[in-house]
Amino acid sequence: MFFFENRQIVTPGDLLAEGDYIAGNNTYKDGFRIYASRLGLVEYEGRTVQVVALNTVYIPSPGDQVIGKIEDLNVNGWVVDINSPYKAILRASDALNKPFRQQKDDLTSFLDIGDLILAKVLAFDRTIDPILTIKEPGLGKITQGQIVRVSPAKIPRIIGRKASMINMLKRETECKITIGQNGIILISGPSPEHERLAILAIEKIAQEAHTSGLTDRIAEMIRKEKSARL
Amino acid sequence: MSGKIRLIDENGLRVDGRKPNELRPIKMEVGILSNADGSAYIEQGKSKILAAVYGPREVHPRHLALPDRALLRCRYHMAPFSVEERKSPAPSRREIELSKVIKEALEPAVFLEKFPRTSIDIFIEVLQADGGTRCAGTTVAALALADAGIPMRDLVVACAAGKVDGVLVLDLNDLEDKEGEADLPVAYMPNLGLVSLLQMDGLLTIEEFKQALNLAIEGCKQIYKLQKEALKAKYIAIKEEVETCLQS
Repeated sequence: MFFFENRQIVTPGDLLAEGDYIAGNNTYKDGFRIYASRLGLVEYEGRTVQVVALNTVYIPSPGDQVIGKIEDLNVNGWVVDINSPYKAILRASDALNKPFRQQKDDLTSFLDIGDLILAKVLAFDRTIDPILTIKEPGLGKITQGQIVRVSPAKIPRIIGRKASMINMLKRETECKITIGQNGIILISGPSPEHERLAILAIEKIAQEAHTSGLTDRIAEMIRKEKSARL
Repeated sequence: MSGKIRLIDENGLRVDGRKPNELRPIKMEVGILSNADGSAYIEQGKSKILAAVYGPREVHPRHLALPDRALLRCRYHMAPFSVEERKSPAPSRREIELSKVIKEALEPAVFLEKFPRTSIDIFIEVLQADGGTRCAGTTVAALALADAGIPMRDLVVACAAGKVDGVLVLDLNDLEDKEGEADLPVAYMPNLGLVSLLQMDGLLTIEEFKQALNLAIEGCKQIYKLQKEALKAKYIAIKEEVETCLQS
């Protein structure tokens, strides 16, 4: 038995369903009852009950692409802030492509404090801090573009179903948009004006993430702004 | 002492004109501080309280971190201007106690085990105090936690009941608390039906205690509805704005 309509806003502790259902994201099960554990929109899909949260913190997960900032150096690598409760580690041997020798190699010549990097989470669990890698093509130091921060909860909405939203954004704003799962987005476009337009659109998506028909509305907004600005 | 001031008049009404089982007018708002991860504000009668939540974040100092769950820290503080006579801004014995008590009232509601080695910090700032601040502080802190996106089993609501001039009353104000015979603050998780804070000051018979507890829980349930509305209000406002935009 369901107690709400699909996509209705629920608060922590709300009884969502009773019976033989599966507790999805942001819910918890007590016997045959499923409750919400976060503020968000409830979704009933088949036998699973889940809540699409309106605000979350970023918890790293292996395979996630993230954007981070070098915060500190230590003997064998860098400490990276990835907008999460846990500081990430990037090992020197990972970035150097050759064996790392402490006496000879100067870490700051590769990445210095304050640099932004695009990286992938290699490993993380409850007991160790997340470990990053930049060994894949396309990853590494960020040299150009603008950064927008949104709540990590809004990232799936910015990507959209089958990447519909992000593809529309890229097409309409002519910008290259790189999404970090940790809520940090890199935008680089043909001109600062194009980038500003993309930032405006992303902020609007984050603000109105819980409303329907968003992709069309954003597309319309971009076209209108584009003719006014460019 | 209670003979000097009449707390219940001949019509059975209280000093501020309320019926014995009536709450003070309550106003709540969520997400009002942009620097905090979650925040909320409450006005309950003349009491005005602000709450901010930071985290889960790294624990400082490091050695306090717990390997299996998050550390929940709470600071209840009264602003020097919150009471009639200036209160020293240094934490008093009472504030330290209330910080601990509120922390323990919220702890069972939060899924602390989901964020090992981190801390969740709650700051409760009383801007104006007129009784019932530990209860209102708990209510508003729970709202700020939910706003910060921290997973919770249920919201926590708190409300006091007590006895003034021989009558059991709900949601005492400062005068009733000081001049009355008993005060019974209760924190409650309405969906789970669990009590997470129960204190008593003064004298009640066992029968009166049972009635007062039920009265306080009824009060909690009323506040709970307002709390839920306040949480949703921010997002419903955006949704309605979008819908009216579409229609025009």
